[in-house]
Amino acid sequence: MTRHVLSLLVEDKPGLLTRVAGLFARRAFNIESLAVGESEVPGLSRITVVVTVEGLALEQMTKQLNKLINVIKIVELEPDSAVQRDHLLIKVKTDAATRSQVLEAVNLFRARVIDVVADALIIEITGDGAKCQAFIKVLEPFGIRELVQSGVLAMGRGSKSISEKISK
Amino acid sequence: MPNEVLTGAQAIVRSLELLGVDTIFGLPGGAILPTYDPLMDSKKIRHILVRHEQGAGHAAEGYASASGKLGVCIATSGPGATNLVTAIADAHMDSVPMLAITGQVPSTHIGTDAFQEADIVGITMPITKHSFLVTRAEDIPGVIASAVQIATTGRPGPVLVDVAKDAQNQKAEFIWPPQIDLPGYKPTTKAHGKQIAAAADLILSSKKPVLYIGGGSIRAGAHKELLKIAALTGAPAVTTLMARGALPDTHPQNLGMPGMHGTVPAVTALQKSDLLITLGARFDDRVTGDAKSFATGAKVIHIDIDPAEIGKIRHADVPIVGDLKEVLQELNAELEKKTKGKKPDLSQWWEFVDGLKNRYPLGYDWPDDGMLSPQYVIERIGELSGPEAIFAAGVGQHQMWSAQFIKYERPNSWLNSGGAGTMGYSVPAAMGAKVAQPERLVWAIDGDGCFQMTNQELATCTINNIPIKVAVINNSSLGMVRQWQSLFYNGRYSNTDLHTGQDSIMIPDFLKLADAYGCLGIRVTKKEEVDAAIKLAMETNDKPVVIDFVVGKDAMVWPMVPAGLSNDDVQFAKDAAPVWDGDE
Repeated sequence: MTRHVLSLLVEDKPGLLTRVAGLFARRAFNIESLAVGESEVPGLSRITVVVTVEGLALEQMTKQLNKLINVIKIVELEPDSAVQRDHLLIKVKTDAATRSQVLEAVNLFRARVIDVVADALIIEITGDGAKCQAFIKVLEPFGIRELVQSGVLAMGRGSKSISEKISK
Repeated sequence: MPNEVLTGAQAIVRSLELLGVDTIFGLPGGAILPTYDPLMDSKKIRHILVRHEQGAGHAAEGYASASGKLGVCIATSGPGATNLVTAIADAHMDSVPMLAITGQVPSTHIGTDAFQEADIVGITMPITKHSFLVTRAEDIPGVIASAVQIATTGRPGPVLVDVAKDAQNQKAEFIWPPQIDLPGYKPTTKAHGKQIAAAADLILSSKKPVLYIGGGSIRAGAHKELLKIAALTGAPAVTTLMARGALPDTHPQNLGMPGMHGTVPAVTALQKSDLLITLGARFDDRVTGDAKSFATGAKVIHIDIDPAEIGKIRHADVPIVGDLKEVLQELNAELEKKTKGKKPDLSQWWEFVDGLKNRYPLGYDWPDDGMLSPQYVIERIGELSGPEAIFAAGVGQHQMWSAQFIKYERPNSWLNSGGAGTMGYSVPAAMGAKVAQPERLVWAIDGDGCFQMTNQELATCTINNIPIKVAVINNSSLGMVRQWQSLFYNGRYSNTDLHTGQDSIMIPDFLKLADAYGCLGIRVTKKEEVDAAIKLAMETNDKPVVIDFVVGKDAMVWPMVPAGLSNDDVQFAKDAAPVWDGDE
């Protein structure tokens, strides 16, 4: 079993996400993360899916996704030829005694504080999965009140675009 | 000239007319009422009012499977739409080109749990090739045209179009032909030249090839090309349950049906083969048995229009994505070029296969209890009706016997629910087939269990002058389930006795039921009555006919590969496995 990042260019149609998610459920494929949003082309959305499967299952998954009428293109983004980022919001308990330690961790990880109240901070961090997980580990002893993750966003390196050669 | 302005309802009817639809099976209700109004005036479309929406769905399937054209069914929102679900799932499993149109509550009410609201697009997502929800009248021509294109091209399948009631009532300019915008839909029909050459090389170097012919060959209309590749290769061929008739049963290379209830030669030829030339087939578990032990010595050429079928169950050494008819034309040309009229020498392989054919022919024993043999009845129906007839079966023992003991000589003459295994398919499918091909003799070969699920469509048949013949193979039980209980549950017959046959209270009485529906009812209990009843049915064309063949309940379907076991374990009769000479 290996981890794969798939990038899907899809038509932005009602029920699209249900079709994609339903396919994963129906064919018993497990999704690690899923991120959806508009792409650079009006009317087209971009979905980034992370799955951990063996090779044959990945091929079958890609073929089944391709059968969805609203799916226009699928590419697998290899780790060394693509950038991958997670985006996390973390609410951490702080008090006068711990705040400076938390801020030190924020600086070390090049994260940012985006909201401050007397007894908590909201921190945002962007980075690859390992970095974000390490940051969560560091914050855990202080007390993580809430955690929100974007799911992996990924893009191939270089000047090429996934939407090239798509007539729209 | 300015474009005509039509209501959405009129646009639905007009679009269907322009796309060549001549028949719709359906049943109206609140949310589809606007569309039924202009439908009444259509001179080009015959609407057949069914008694249950499932009947409309299977009738559309039967229409499509008999004619190769698109089948169309229509229903209202909520329960009307959900009653179509079984037929849609069935069409999806068997790649039947079908358009299902459903009414939906007004777009302003969607999501409010309105009266007769059901999210039919959501419900049918996993069992349709695609689906559309239409909430604006101006979208209707484009959606209907797109739906038909998707349903009938590539790997065919069911497409659902759900139209909100207000979209049916609104007016919009009717623009035809509409722009079809499907950037994500481009079925591959033409194969790579390299793959064709690789396939030809593999075929010509094979010592024990088998043509493994699936239902895709019938959907692709590739029967002429099949005859050609059979001639060029000289290889034994098997026709799956979905492909019966794709290659004539009288063809000397045809070993019949493979799989769980396949012939010993067909099952064994696949199993011992060194090359499976897979033509529009999908390695269904009913064909392969335990897939890991299926044809372990064989390489695989897999030709299919659906790339996802290739490598799904079995690795393909030469994968070819394309339309089977086109691919076979190219492959045949390549084989012709390479063989220069000389057939590969497969005499050793044929010696083995012929040995199987001689030692393990299909057959059946007359039941010990003196009751009528179901296999005999079905065999006689096939023999007396001939190859131009159409046979639509339900699901179970009678389906398997129909696949085994009727000789099919042409594609689209055998209709059944292969993938889904839908009991109740037979009567409405036969009805749809008879509407598509009124000049043909159409039999519904049904079981007493199946028949009780959808026989209400006999009313539709009688009233609309659709004179189908129904042969109820009445063994008074859910026969196939009972067979498994006999074999695997120590004869504990849990809930399989239907009380319709011999020595039972016979409820319902199928003669009375036939009479109530305005059909000719005939009961047959003895061998000597069989031919006369079949002939009377064939001569009766002013009404449907129901023959209640009261048969023994202990007859079993043989050969059999028990579920989950290897095809090496095929039994040609109870506790009787073929003996291998070890000469293969």
